[in-house]
Amino acid sequence: MTAELSITQLKLRRSGREILDIDRFVLDSGEILAVIGPNGAGKSTLLQVLALLLVPDTGIIELNGEMIVNGNRLAARRKLAVVFQESLLLDTTVQKNIEIPLRIRGVGRTEAIRRTREWMARLGITHLSGRRARSLSGGESQRTSIARALAMQPEILLMDEPFSALDYPTRKSLLAELGDILHTTRMTTIFVTHDFSEIPALTRQVAVMFDGRIIKRGNIQDILGETAVSVRSWAPWDEDMEDGRGAG
Amino acid sequence: MNIFTEGLQSAFQMLRSLDPDVLSITWRTIHVSTVATFISILIGIPIGTILALTRFRGRGVLVSLINFGMGLPPVVVGLATWLMLTRYGPLGMFNLLYTPTAIIMAQAVIASPIVAGFSLAAIQSLNPKMLLQIQALGTTRFQYLMLLLWEARLGILSAVIAGFGGVISEVGASMMVGGNIRGYTRVLTTATVLEVSKGKFELATALSIILLALTFVIVSLLSFLQQRKSAFR
Ligand SMILES: Nc1ncnc2c1ncn2[C@@H]1O[C@H](COP(=O)(O)OP(=O)(O)OP(=O)(O)O)[C@@H](O)[C@H]1O
Ligand SMILES: [Mg+2]
Repeated sequence: MTAELSITQLKLRRSGREILDIDRFVLDSGEILAVIGPNGAGKSTLLQVLALLLVPDTGIIELNGEMIVNGNRLAARRKLAVVFQESLLLDTTVQKNIEIPLRIRGVGRTEAIRRTREWMARLGITHLSGRRARSLSGGESQRTSIARALAMQPEILLMDEPFSALDYPTRKSLLAELGDILHTTRMTTIFVTHDFSEIPALTRQVAVMFDGRIIKRGNIQDILGETAVSVRSWAPWDEDMEDGRGAG
Repeated sequence: MNIFTEGLQSAFQMLRSLDPDVLSITWRTIHVSTVATFISILIGIPIGTILALTRFRGRGVLVSLINFGMGLPPVVVGLATWLMLTRYGPLGMFNLLYTPTAIIMAQAVIASPIVAGFSLAAIQSLNPKMLLQIQALGTTRFQYLMLLLWEARLGILSAVIAGFGGVISEVGASMMVGGNIRGYTRVLTTATVLEVSKGKFELATALSIILLALTFVIVSLLSFLQQRKSAFR
């Protein structure tokens, strides 16, 4: 299941400042896009608009060609999953954190439990299932947050610096795992990152944001230059990631 | 010291002998205060939640009013309720003055702003990004509110405890709108005041000790509810 998300003539102001100004942006069905740009460029805000959590001042958002209005926003939100910059977990156990959202989206009890088990296993947090979310380390909660999003089997996955709290080996294995998952499910994905070395593991498509605008969009090589694609320049100690994946 | 030990002794005696007068006063106190607290929960939590989640003109004024209401002197509330319920008052036709219902009404007025104010603070202190995350899960408005209250539950229970503390300890309003009628509207606080005025200090001390014990038991139950670990299972 995949979907296409697009915005047209979007403008968003906050405290008298223009924070987003995007004429046209399309996230194609099955596409995986990395979003980069300096602090305060508007990446997180764009993600929240795309996640249908922030209603822009003007502009049209369409999911699979259908314009989002108040009446269909909830149904549309249930096709998306968001991983925020901080892993915002409910104050309950790891297992319930993954299971409750599924129940909220109308997944039956047995199926919800089955999927919860599956995704806890895939993200290596099965041993934490009974732990309170508050007692987790940063990396453990980030994994829980990612497991929660993937268990929802969304048509579109939106992630805001999902790996920032992870140590290098964890990040590397999670990136590889996520790359596999995204390419087998062909899940449409947009993710924000400051760490360019993460990009080749997932995709070659990059958008650059600056001052509320998308100023560049295209192949990682054209945008970051030849050296950026070689993971060697970011993680010279790591041989495995040299080639990256994702033909785009 | 003498009075205190004698008070203790007579308190135990009255409890042990199940003095019917004291028992009925105690039951009435429990009944009136829990019903009033319950009503203030029904009024206060929704108001606190709405004020925490919305922005509209006049909201600031409402919030200051709630904060002001948290410190309302019970005597003033009693007087206002009395004026409402008196025969020629706006609610006079219901003949509620000097009934337990009148006490419940006055106490609910005292506790509602307390519950609303604490609930407002509890919900406002949640991470605003958490609210976005809950919406991102695909919650309906109702599911959203339930998860929100769950996340704020410690603060919400503090609100309930504070509201209950406000009504169980209050004497002025109960006296004024209840009338301290023996066997009908007399509660532990009004009975204590009466016994002191009659010079019966042992009895007054005994009643106070019962009031303290009662408050302690109920607040402990609520605290236990608040502090237990895995409520969501
Ligand atoms: N509610 C708001 N009121 C005023 N300004 C805001 C508000 N929300 C965001 N901004 C501003 O909008 C700009 C974009 O913020 P955003 O969080 O989208 O940046 P970002 O690209 O994600 O940055 P970072 O890399 O630091 O995460 C920032 O300058 C921020 O201060
Ligand atoms: Mg950001």
